[in-house]
Amino acid sequence: MSATDFPALTAGMISAQIREGTTSPRDVVRASFARSRGVNSAADGLNAILWTDEKAALEEAETLSTQLSGASQGGVLAGVPIAVKDNICTLGLPTTCASKILAGYVSPFEATAITRLREEGAIIVAKTNMDEFAMGSSTENSAYGPVRNPVDMRRVPGGSSGGSAAAVAAGIVPIALGSETGGSVRQPASFCGIVGAKPTYGRVSRYGLVAFASSLDQISPFARNVDDAALALEVMAGADPFDSTSADQPVPSYREQFVSRATIPSVLDGVTIGIPKEYFPDMLDSGIRRLCDRSIEYLRAMGATVKEVSLPHTSLAIPVYYIIAPAEASSNLARFDGVRYGPREKTDDGLRGMYEATRSAGFGPEVTRRILLGTYVLSAGYYDAYYRKAQAVRGLITRDFTNVFADGIDALFTPTTPTTAFPIGSISDPYEMYLSDIFTATSNLAGVPALSMPIGRSGGLPVGGQIIAKHFDEPMMFRVAYALEQALGAEAHT
Amino acid sequence: MAVTHDDVLHVASLARLAVNPSRLDDIVRELNGILAHMEVLAEVETGDGSEDTSYTGLPATSTPLREDSSGPIPMARPIESFAPSTRHGFILVPRLASHADEISE
Repeated sequence: MSATDFPALTAGMISAQIREGTTSPRDVVRASFARSRGVNSAADGLNAILWTDEKAALEEAETLSTQLSGASQGGVLAGVPIAVKDNICTLGLPTTCASKILAGYVSPFEATAITRLREEGAIIVAKTNMDEFAMGSSTENSAYGPVRNPVDMRRVPGGSSGGSAAAVAAGIVPIALGSETGGSVRQPASFCGIVGAKPTYGRVSRYGLVAFASSLDQISPFARNVDDAALALEVMAGADPFDSTSADQPVPSYREQFVSRATIPSVLDGVTIGIPKEYFPDMLDSGIRRLCDRSIEYLRAMGATVKEVSLPHTSLAIPVYYIIAPAEASSNLARFDGVRYGPREKTDDGLRGMYEATRSAGFGPEVTRRILLGTYVLSAGYYDAYYRKAQAVRGLITRDFTNVFADGIDALFTPTTPTTAFPIGSISDPYEMYLSDIFTATSNLAGVPALSMPIGRSGGLPVGGQIIAKHFDEPMMFRVAYALEQALGAEAHT
Repeated sequence: MAVTHDDVLHVASLARLAVNPSRLDDIVRELNGILAHMEVLAEVETGDGSEDTSYTGLPATSTPLREDSSGPIPMARPIESFAPSTRHGFILVPRLASHADEISE
């Protein structure tokens, strides 16, 4: 493997080459860092990477090489460099959530998802830039400056996991972790032309993921193809005693079906795909609509039955999401008060004065806005009108999904976002920014798995198609996505 | 239900945030702008709101109460490495409010 080949290699290719002995973990790690140095400059590059430790990563690579030269066969991710969003706890690198309030914080424990990846041989090479505390849709809300989209550096990569998306799209790493609360992996995957897969709520342990909205959050992988995304999710999924909301459900193989079905022309025979009409409004960008129509034709050509369906409460998802998520955030972020971690502001105003000074200096404008909003909707006199009502409507949104799946729909196909990547600095109204999540937040509210994959370009910019399946039916989600990826071939990026 | 300046100052106090007076007008305007979009929920028929709110599609019994038996989580480094102020393994904080503080407020 040469350094010039590296950016195009998938995780599957890298681990296979390492196990065959045709390349070494050290060469792979060096190639990842070389690529990062070439494209990541904060001044005029991607600004996707916040923290690295090249020496430690190379030492890990050497340790792996030693193991592989002995009896070890190596894990399924042997030597694969992985970047991790800065809100997922790692032992060797800081975890700051791109916030001043956690400046310099290095976690004393590691997220379960990270442990599982490392047990399979993955090497964590970087922590990635993000919207502060995962609050945003453009990765412009970071204390460390905005991330730029590798496809067009004047545009946002999407958010809040924009650093991880940019790192994968630019070839720094084949796999990166993000976190989903309302679309924070699928939306940037769509904007950067890569794959992002949000699992069912409870499929991946949240232990070590800094909590934003606990009933919505899920760690989710980015990759450049469906196979790598399935591989990463398969490794991370499963119950964890450290997260009582992780589901005690078996984890089937997501990738076995790819091999056995790849060459069958009627690969989607017997599969019924629903097209929810609410995701195709009249004002939908014509380029996005055209590419969705092309994908739907491919799904039909592969044997799928395609039916129009209705998810009637879709338009209520953003109002519901922007009540529930800030409400949970206002509670979760109470812990950042200058007592246990991060910098502490010095005041002569007692404990309460220290809390206020530390929090006001540490949180950026969007986080402050959401804490105020969340505290307001939970406060006496407004709780019933906002929070309780939003929870009830969330139940209706969930029922929309369970109804269509109960009616024989196996998976839904929609656009991931209503627009392509927008220019940096072009959206200043908070609610207009929130509407970026209009097609993704529904899946988080209902807890169902959903994946975004590239389906072509409009005006030179990537467009994502979204595949949504029923709870814990990640196998169906990946099956449809893999088939569509094979059918589209190079058209997914043109 | 328009948000007022007093509402913002009240919730900021609850959230332990100090609001810069020069930002107060903007925050009131922004919160009212966002909450105006939430009014649509009031028109939705939701029954008594007591429906099951399981988001995993699993029965509520899938996340039963468990014995708290896993013990303390092992930490790779001591609290001195990440807490702002410690002594003898304990975290130090500024003095708590006294009775005098309560009276002066």
